[in-house]
Amino acid sequence: MTGVTLKQAVKKYGDTQVIHNIDLDIDDGEFCVFVGPSGCGKSTLLRMIAGLEETTAGTIQIGERDVTRLDPAERGVAMVFQTYALYPHMSVRDNMGFGLRMNGHPKEEIAAKVAEASRILKLDDYLDRKPKALSGGQRQRVAIGRAIVRGPEVFLFDEPLSNLDAELRVDMRVEIARLHKEIGATMIYVTHDQVEAMTLADKIVVLRAGRIEQVGSPMDLYKDPDNKFVAGFIGSPSMNFIRGTVTANGTVALPSLGGTEVKGPASLPAQGREVFVGLRPQHLQIEPEKGEIRLDIREQLGGVSYDYLLPPGGEKIIVESRGDAVAPEGTSVGLSFDPADAMFFDAETEQRLR
Amino acid sequence: MADLSSTTLDGPRGPKPRRTFSRRNIFLYGTLLLVAIYYAIPLYVMIVTSLKGLPEIRLGNIFSPPVEVTFQPWVKAWGEACTGLNCEGLSSYFWNSVQITVPSVILSIIIASVNGYALANWRFKGANVFFTILIFGAFIPYQVMLYPIVIMLRELGLYGDLSGLVIVHTIFGMPILTLLFRNYFTSLPEELFKAARVDGAGFWGIYFRVLLPMSLPIFTVAVILQVTGIWNDFLFGVVYTGPEAYPMTVALNNIVNTTQGVKEYNVNMAATIITALVPLTIYFVSGKLFVRGIAAGAVKG
Repeated sequence: MTGVTLKQAVKKYGDTQVIHNIDLDIDDGEFCVFVGPSGCGKSTLLRMIAGLEETTAGTIQIGERDVTRLDPAERGVAMVFQTYALYPHMSVRDNMGFGLRMNGHPKEEIAAKVAEASRILKLDDYLDRKPKALSGGQRQRVAIGRAIVRGPEVFLFDEPLSNLDAELRVDMRVEIARLHKEIGATMIYVTHDQVEAMTLADKIVVLRAGRIEQVGSPMDLYKDPDNKFVAGFIGSPSMNFIRGTVTANGTVALPSLGGTEVKGPASLPAQGREVFVGLRPQHLQIEPEKGEIRLDIREQLGGVSYDYLLPPGGEKIIVESRGDAVAPEGTSVGLSFDPADAMFFDAETEQRLR
Repeated sequence: MADLSSTTLDGPRGPKPRRTFSRRNIFLYGTLLLVAIYYAIPLYVMIVTSLKGLPEIRLGNIFSPPVEVTFQPWVKAWGEACTGLNCEGLSSYFWNSVQITVPSVILSIIIASVNGYALANWRFKGANVFFTILIFGAFIPYQVMLYPIVIMLRELGLYGDLSGLVIVHTIFGMPILTLLFRNYFTSLPEELFKAARVDGAGFWGIYFRVLLPMSLPIFTVAVILQVTGIWNDFLFGVVYTGPEAYPMTVALNNIVNTTQGVKEYNVNMAATIITALVPLTIYFVSGKLFVRGIAAGAVKG
């Protein structure tokens, strides 16, 4: 049992608190992704688990051990950094074996483990090169190899793909997913890219300003977000939020969609209050020549296209559509959707109304 | 049409030719040449004079090359010139200087590099206060501390001894060297340090296995700064050592300023060149590394 458990974890720099009382359980063998906008504290939280940042209050457990006050080396974790952090004066082989050498393992054992890791990551041809002579993707593979060789209980990834170009990022993403299957160790992965979070994670932790907004499986977060922030962060393109007003008979009127009324959930606030109706771009259909919403720009991506709509007096709405264009740019159109797809959020608290 | 394409390709090719004697080049190299001559003339005069006999020097043509080349002044400067009462030349003082410089350089660089490493990477409590005090030390004039140090060395029983001077040089090199190393180590990517910590390397493990192999340029700079600084030191040498332990610079001064007999300019010149030879060699050997290290260590504050 080598899960990771955080209890009331707090991080302060002087008087500024950056991590607020985090409680989190990560199960053994789980792939957990911390995601959030920059400055939300996700990297700090990861470094607290690694032991590179001191935990101000609360406890961190790895498996059954309380590691809150232990050195990074004693925690049984390995870390992969965004900037690879390979030792520039060592060959790939020495880089990967460094951790074991520092801990006094016998040479034969180190050689065997390096060979095993380089086989998994297909690095055999590069073992004697210096990091300088490798491409970005190869460097990050070496960094991952260095983590594997140490045989840690928990792998920590700090935005490992952010320095790679788009194509390589997709390759490495798949490779990390494969690695997780093959090794089966607990992995914690920090990213600001919700696509990486969705594709890799067993469990996503959405953070904002040092607090957990929601924890759950990718599809849970996508289908059932707790609040407007999570709903807007998960999913690409992000969810449209359309302002509406609660009416007398339990519906929500949407002035920017020509006054359409949607049946609201049981917990709607009092009549006259504002709510947001959340609709994903995939759940909206364009009705040509039926409304007063201007179709501003269309982005054709081949299989799908994104239409950017400007309703009168409202905010931009994105619609994802497949197949041929139903209306030309610059014309006025209407929108339709299945009311079952709509989500409701309180305009003040931004919490989901169910 | 075929003719046309061949004729259009038949013009001049390659990058635009540059004339060797363009106005820009003349100005650039002219300035460089002037400055080079300006700095080289004193050295030229010294070398030429040191190779002349005294009668030839009395003719007064200091720029003219020697008519009769003689190495007698060099031999005399090294082995026979008089400093006050004893006439042993510079040789024994040369070894004094070596015995002062080598341990001072090694000791100060070892201590300062570990200081800088701890300040840059470990950020212990009070690190900033410690650093501020150290930097403040760099701004205190040496003269203020001369006499207190005399008393301290006397109490330790090291006054007038070579080891006392070594300690003084080590201490006075500390502020600037620590700053140099700290700045260099902070300019290295922090992730390297963190990765090494996660990999299980401790304080010394990271220092020796990760940082030291990457720090050749800054160590070169430190060696040059210290060797030239300590070799050229006069003040500490004259204050903290006795006549037996004088460094070479003090002996040189004594030779040049001897008031008895005729002024032997050729011997003085030879003695000066011999004394300056060590720092000069160091610069020549490590020029490229020096520039690289200065550029790497000096930028960030």
